[in-house]
Amino acid sequence: MATDNRPLSPHLQVYRPQLTSVLSILHRATGILLTIGTLLLVWWLIAVAAGPTAFDTVQNFIGSIIGQILLLGWCFAFYYHMCNGIRHLVWDTGRGFELTAAYTSGWLVVAASVALTAFSWIAGYATLRGL
Amino acid sequence: MNMRTPLSRARGLGSAKTGTDHWWAQRLTALALVPLTIWFVVSMILVTSADHAAAVDFISSPINSILLILLVIATFHHGQLGLQVVIEDYIHLKWLEVSLIIAVKGAAVFLGVASVYAVIAIALT
Repeated sequence: MATDNRPLSPHLQVYRPQLTSVLSILHRATGILLTIGTLLLVWWLIAVAAGPTAFDTVQNFIGSIIGQILLLGWCFAFYYHMCNGIRHLVWDTGRGFELTAAYTSGWLVVAASVALTAFSWIAGYATLRGL
Repeated sequence: MNMRTPLSRARGLGSAKTGTDHWWAQRLTALALVPLTIWFVVSMILVTSADHAAAVDFISSPINSILLILLVIATFHHGQLGLQVVIEDYIHLKWLEVSLIIAVKGAAVFLGVASVYAVIAIALT
């Protein structure tokens, strides 16, 4: 049976992006990125096990410009996926589906992810400087 | 009224009764990952400036070893469940879909075991 030739419901591109739909796809995107980003944790753990030389290589990579950009992206993706994941868990209980509630929780997730990311980086650089 | 055929009734096969397992495992690991990842991020901020010896010290403390192993298992379990759904949603070539899911699950098991092994190796030295 040919299933690849059937008409599709209106293509996604005809819809104006809304907060709810953008956050929904962002949850997926950050989930994929975080799973790939876990490779850094695996690399770090194996490097600590392997010894100081391997450890320095990872630390230098994380400390480089590219490493810091990746880590910042990972950090935001993590907080976003966690906050929005909690939003999903609340939805799983059947609550928060009213349009106003969905928008309020959506903006709350965005604000919390930005704030937590900023706070973590300030805290990280403060520890680094020995403050 | 029972709409099932006598043969189907005799075989006793119905739903597999595990229809919500994937969904449920994703929620449980999500729930576990909230405290585990917060602990992990806070710990990483605190060991930002650590040299190798300090990193070994951190990982080999029993509570940190246990939490790291739990974090790795929950992360890879949750991650492969999520990637499986993404692949099922967007890949419509059956052979590619199945191959990718097997690859993702295999990689998750391999990387998960490698990480757990690394933590144990560090903790026991």
